[in-house]
Amino acid sequence: MKSGRFGAWLAMAIGALYFLAPLIATFEFSLRMRRGEYSFDAYRVVLGSSAFHDSFLYSTVLGAVTIVVGLLVVVPTAYWVHLRLPKLRGVVEFITLLPLVIPAIVLVFGYIKLYGSSSILPLTTTSLGADALLMFGYVGLGLPYIYRSVETALRAIDVRTLTEAAESQGAGIWTILFHVILPNIRSGILSGAFLTFAIVIGEFTFASLLDRPAFGPYLQLIGANRAYEPSALAIIAFALTWACMGLIQLFGSGIRLSADKR
Amino acid sequence: MTTTAAAQSTRALRLPNLAAWLGVAPFFIFAVMFLLLPTASLLVGAFQDHDGAFTLANLGRLWQPSIRLSYLLSIEVSVASAFFGALIGLALAIAALRGGLPAWVRPTLMTFSGVASNFAGVPLAFAFMATLGRLGFVTVLLRSIGFDIYVAGFNLFTFTGLTLTYLYFQIPLMVLVVAPAIDGLRAEWSEAAEILGAGRLQYWRMIVMPILWPSVLGASLLLFANAFGAIATAYALTGSFLNIVPILLYAQIRGDVLHDPNLGYALALGMLLITGLSNLAYLYLRARSDRWLK
Repeated sequence: MKSGRFGAWLAMAIGALYFLAPLIATFEFSLRMRRGEYSFDAYRVVLGSSAFHDSFLYSTVLGAVTIVVGLLVVVPTAYWVHLRLPKLRGVVEFITLLPLVIPAIVLVFGYIKLYGSSSILPLTTTSLGADALLMFGYVGLGLPYIYRSVETALRAIDVRTLTEAAESQGAGIWTILFHVILPNIRSGILSGAFLTFAIVIGEFTFASLLDRPAFGPYLQLIGANRAYEPSALAIIAFALTWACMGLIQLFGSGIRLSADKR
Repeated sequence: MTTTAAAQSTRALRLPNLAAWLGVAPFFIFAVMFLLLPTASLLVGAFQDHDGAFTLANLGRLWQPSIRLSYLLSIEVSVASAFFGALIGLALAIAALRGGLPAWVRPTLMTFSGVASNFAGVPLAFAFMATLGRLGFVTVLLRSIGFDIYVAGFNLFTFTGLTLTYLYFQIPLMVLVVAPAIDGLRAEWSEAAEILGAGRLQYWRMIVMPILWPSVLGASLLLFANAFGAIATAYALTGSFLNIVPILLYAQIRGDVLHDPNLGYALALGMLLITGLSNLAYLYLRARSDRWLK
């Protein structure tokens, strides 16, 4: 038993070394911009550049729209499948898994073929059309995560009773969805939303091939041309991912605690 | 009079179902327009020539040496990162969940895995350049104690370097996927084995491994597909120096090489076939292991 515990500590120590070394190294590297002393110059340069501001703002707004559209697509579907169309569950679940099966580069290639300049719906030819296409692509990337967290949250509440109670009070379907169901699955919605945001904010493949001025292609461009700024950006990106996961823990804890008590 | 009343009552009964179908309509429209049709149109294109006639020539041309080598390299990187990712991830998960470590280790590992499995793409490439690049922190540190990894043959922008970088998201993914299976190992099984006189090794070999292997193999296949479709990390790390399939396809879409869209569709079909089959096998194995771990 004692040797087993030593082995477990050893495994964790090696794991910690592998996972912390790149973070420490990247942070150290990001401080080396000024010769001979540590400074936050690289961060100052990055955070002060308008290319950073523009691309980051673009991706943030696109991420927010993605989350709203994703929820509009997923929440009513999950609700109706739960309540009245259980025979669709298999099909819906299969579809939500597709974005994990189809590589992003294949999917975006399909977009370019289907919605390119010679198509009946040439979305890629206008800037707004390409933005919309990118947004729908991101809804696809987030679909598995949004669906799963909404579905888990729906399972934890009594959808049928809540719906019947609201109906007997004279509520219409929109009132039921937005004022009764939505507040009750808030934790699931927030988990799905933050996870989607974490995936979308630095996404490269879709944005680059649809030629959009997003944060991912900006990161790649800086990486190809600068020395110290990429490290500062990597630290910022890691902090962002960490913040999204932290927010999931914070808001998701409602579900998890009640599940533990059972 | 009675017929209208009957019609009204059936209508009232049917209305909610109509509402339900209307409610799921956006989902299916989205799925058809932005998941199914784009993929299907590539699959069709893979079997067409320039004029749209049916042909198998595109698939045949996948066999040309440069493309064959790309697939081979992609499969090698994916197998290596899936194999080591699964092995190390499993070891870490077992250590944290069953190793008798303090209670804080488990949530720390799980939270960190959630972050690191999503920390892929361009920033991950930056992090590894700052760590193991020619001027990277660890490279310089090791050189200062007299061991130059680049003289010893290491290079971040090669197969080994890419695999090492992929492990940064593969290991945490393995921890997250395999943890429920390890949690499903019941304490009774270990106690029963001990009472019947089994040693620790016998317990692991004859009880844990037969129950865990479908989960472990399934998770490895998931890791394989995960690495096979990844492009951003490799592209930011090596440019088009390492010709894995996604990078070849990226270049084809940008119009840099090949200049043959139909061959591009065939490339995409090949990728889809590989990720599709490994995901199917993963789902089958997961269903199999769920039988035990309820």
